Amino acid sequence: MTSKEYKTITDIKGPLVFLEKTEPVAYGEIVTIRLSDGSTKNGQVLDTSDDMVVVQVFEGTEGIDRRAGVKFLGDVFKLPVSKGLVGRILDGAGRPRDGGPDIVADEKADIIGAAINPYSRQSPHDFIQTGVSAIDCCTTLVRGQKLPIFSASGLPHNDIALQIARQAKLKDSDEEFIVVFCAMGITAEEYNFFRADLERTGALENAALFVNLADDPAVERLITPRLALTAAEYLAFEHDYHVLVIYTDMTNYCDSLRQIGAAREEVPGRRGYPGYMYTDLAMLYERAGIVKGKKGSITQFPILTMPGDDITHPIPDLSGYITEGQIVISRELHQAGIYPPINVLPSLSRLMGGCIGEETTRDDHKKISDQMYAAYAQGRELRGLVAIVGEDALNERDLQYLKFSDIFEDKFVRQGRDEDRTIDGTLNLCWELLANIDTKYLERLDDELISKYHPTEKKE
Amino acid sequence: MSNNEGVIYRISGPVVTATGIDARMYEVVRVGHEKLMGEVIEIHGEQSVIQVYEDTSGIRPGEPVFSTGQTLSVQLGPGLLTQIYDGIQRPLQTLEEVMGVFITRGVDADGLDLEKKWTFESTASVGDEVSGGQVIGTVQETDTITHKIMVPPKASGKIKSIESGEFNVTETVCTLDDGTEIQMMQEWPVRHPRPFNQKYAPDTPLVTGMRILDFLFPLAKGGAAGIPGPFGSGKTVTQQSLAKYSDAQIVVYIGCGERGNEMTEVLDEFPHLIDPNTGKPLMNRTVMIANTSNMPVAAREASVYTGITIAEYFRDQGYDVALMADSTSRWAEAMREISSRLEEMPGEEGYPAYLSSRLAEFYERAGRVETLNGDDGSVTVIGAVSPPGGDISEPVSQGTLRIVKVFWGLDAGLARQRHFPAINWLNSYSLYPQSLNQWFRDNIASDFPEVRTEISALLKVEAELQEIVQLVGSDALPMDQQLTLEVARMIRVYFLQQNGFDPVDAYSGVEQQYAMARAILTFQEEAKKAMAAGAVLEDVVNVPARIELMRARFAEGYLEKIEGLVEEMVSQIGNSVEAQ
Ligand SMILES: Nc1ncnc2c1ncn2[C@@H]1O[C@H](COP(=O)(O)OP(=O)(O)OP(=O)(O)O)[C@@H](O)[C@H]1O
Ligand SMILES: [Mg+2]
Repeated sequence: MTSKEYKTITDIKGPLVFLEKTEPVAYGEIVTIRLSDGSTKNGQVLDTSDDMVVVQVFEGTEGIDRRAGVKFLGDVFKLPVSKGLVGRILDGAGRPRDGGPDIVADEKADIIGAAINPYSRQSPHDFIQTGVSAIDCCTTLVRGQKLPIFSASGLPHNDIALQIARQAKLKDSDEEFIVVFCAMGITAEEYNFFRADLERTGALENAALFVNLADDPAVERLITPRLALTAAEYLAFEHDYHVLVIYTDMTNYCDSLRQIGAAREEVPGRRGYPGYMYTDLAMLYERAGIVKGKKGSITQFPILTMPGDDITHPIPDLSGYITEGQIVISRELHQAGIYPPINVLPSLSRLMGGCIGEETTRDDHKKISDQMYAAYAQGRELRGLVAIVGEDALNERDLQYLKFSDIFEDKFVRQGRDEDRTIDGTLNLCWELLANIDTKYLERLDDELISKYHPTEKKE
Repeated sequence: MSNNEGVIYRISGPVVTATGIDARMYEVVRVGHEKLMGEVIEIHGEQSVIQVYEDTSGIRPGEPVFSTGQTLSVQLGPGLLTQIYDGIQRPLQTLEEVMGVFITRGVDADGLDLEKKWTFESTASVGDEVSGGQVIGTVQETDTITHKIMVPPKASGKIKSIESGEFNVTETVCTLDDGTEIQMMQEWPVRHPRPFNQKYAPDTPLVTGMRILDFLFPLAKGGAAGIPGPFGSGKTVTQQSLAKYSDAQIVVYIGCGERGNEMTEVLDEFPHLIDPNTGKPLMNRTVMIANTSNMPVAAREASVYTGITIAEYFRDQGYDVALMADSTSRWAEAMREISSRLEEMPGEEGYPAYLSSRLAEFYERAGRVETLNGDDGSVTVIGAVSPPGGDISEPVSQGTLRIVKVFWGLDAGLARQRHFPAINWLNSYSLYPQSLNQWFRDNIASDFPEVRTEISALLKVEAELQEIVQLVGSDALPMDQQLTLEVARMIRVYFLQQNGFDPVDAYSGVEQQYAMARAILTFQEEAKKAMAAGAVLEDVVNVPARIELMRARFAEGYLEKIEGLVEEMVSQIGNSVEAQ
């Protein structure tokens, strides 16, 4: 479709351009804007009528004036996809950033992505061993799950994400993930850190990167994750790959969303974020899963930093309402020098129940993880009490629990950045550590398991 | 002159404005060349504002809009059970057949299979005077559910002909002497409650098999309950447990703006789960509506109406229906989103000013009624609420709490302690006990309400004592108070906690609940006696029979064992005095 160029801009506001007297323009249509200096910008139609068209400009409206020429391209935003995406680095709008050639498209895919029919989904149930004890034992990751990292500024969430990307595999299998990495507004330094690590381990060849950095246009961030997920869907459902999508930082994404809302003078919701942010985030997070009749899968690992370490802030809150659990990084543990500083208490994997046990991990997994959790939770609670009344007020049982909570953090949570523990190793470690508590206080374990696994009570 | 074709003037997300069309409020229209389904939600002079149930990308001003003369309706008849629909009653299975695994747009699908033949057995005869709601025949729809074919609400007359046999749902099975033809399928506009003769006060509990609910905060058949709670606190698990174990005859489960995988889980699980009340697969009594968070918001807005209309239809057949909506907050958010596109004056937190009246209208459709045919049927509604940050001072929670009589408050702290169901026993309430006490006395035990009162009193005392313990430690309390703490702990761990996934303990019959509560009180009495006679608290608490009593609930046949275990416990506690 050859299209006409309009010079009918009336208003420019924030990332939005308003223009009039156009022929009928489609909702969601892609737009190019030619500035007076000859450069071009891209945008998308947010509102269209006979009288007025509103365009959201991805690169921001800087430099646009009322003489700029606007062309409507007749189609919604599509990403050229092919297997050639693997091993490539693209910018936040899908253009090569690695100096390589354009992607030769097998097809062009609508980046908004259609909803998976719930009837066509398959329940995720394959255990992924991340090699990180706190996750594998207590917050088990399942292939096809969306499990975010709730972190905060200054915490080592990137190291954890990378460690997981490196180590994640199905138990007893070498099948690897393709990593689709999506950067939204992170610093060049952070990005280099990711890239260097992926390069170092050779993972880059098996990865596709979509990169929007802090100094790239903020509005572009609204499409970057959609591009990444479109690529992921193509690789998973057309080429049978198991794809791990890591995107960071959702907080920057949400801030861009807020910016658009403000420019449109929408009624803001909590803390100024738009009322539709839940739906908008769901359109990303729900693009994880497994579908009937396809071999591949999409597992999502979004990272977000909680403003003010506040888990009730709308960004973590709405995310938690959509994802299938969360891994919470704790500043307190980080300050105590523990890596990875995962706080298992507020962490949760909702799909864990269906993927652990005799057939998949080990018969003791469920009970031992309950016991580890319960003992740690009690120990942590007692720390508070001890601070007030002192250790003398504790009975024997409580004393043991209290001590255990330190051991738990030091021996179980703490591990090396390259330490890849097998699930058997992790579960054996649980038994070893729980041996510090009298068996009569281990209420969640039954005699059968104790006689099978307990280091000192075991009956060979 | 009325005009049934107009043109699109404006498109803004799911909201489309058309001109040149004479449409009524809530009329269904077809939008654009692809004829996407939409509904008129506002009229401004020449302009009709339409919410569209499918994605509007790529649609342009100038494309046509057609009115249909219909309001948004559902198809009611044999074939509803075991189905899973989207928010506007399109079967998801049909959508998969037509579109593949991703939901695209522009596909119409009937809610009922119009071809399938059902065996209709007439129960009325030629010459009978019938009127709206009267049953004229039956279809055995699933193993357990007999679908009753009713005269549509507004029809009446003398039966001219009626025939048993094999029919599809659009074939006429009965004619009246005024020429009215009756088919097995009726259509009903979703935003209108179906009629009934009168509402009754509820007097029977909806037995859920969850101890904290049935015992402490019972819900009546025909009542309404709200379950607010922050993310991950157990709204969905609770709703699913209710769908599995409650003694409703029909379950309508609405996944409204929530996760796709949760619906898949129900689809996977229910066909294999046995209804404890009938011994048949649970799917047989279930209708599901799934309009997940990433499916169009306008259809999400409609989904609760689609669900409740189906529920009312089964109620009219004389069934006790339970409807779960997970989550009503997402429904409210859909209203908010549409309202803001309409540029309506926002109320609190951007929700439309009519939010609370919509909530009230919805919950009002719950109730125990005398149906048009004089039978007794009920719709019980259980709505999950997802308050931002878990803070229930927000409009949807507040609007809900003003209407419902049962509040099951989920608590992030309890969920974090893995105390499930994480229902806070201190702030939850039910306003039904008064009207249900008689039922409990007649059917379970004559002192049931008194036992309940004792149990909840113990929990209240515990909460007060805990405040002191936080300051001085439990060893500083006098022995009788330490015992109270142990008893309360037993209530929490043994009685209130119930893992929704435990193969046995997930369901606990009311008789068993009563026996367990009694066992706790017996322990308290015996421990008091023993300690008065010099026994030590720790010995009393640790008698093996008490531990066994508590553990045995995870094995089948627990109810029969309780009495023996309690006797054993009593005797061991007695022995702990002699041991001194
Ligand atoms: N009754 C229960 N028994 C056992 N586990 C439970 C129970 N209730 C909740 N859980 C645990 O808590 C997790 C979260 O529960 P659920 O999915 O019901 O939360 P929710 O309130 O619906 O959250 P959201 O608002 O995010 O949908 C479950 O995956 C399960 O691990
Ligand atoms: Mg839920």
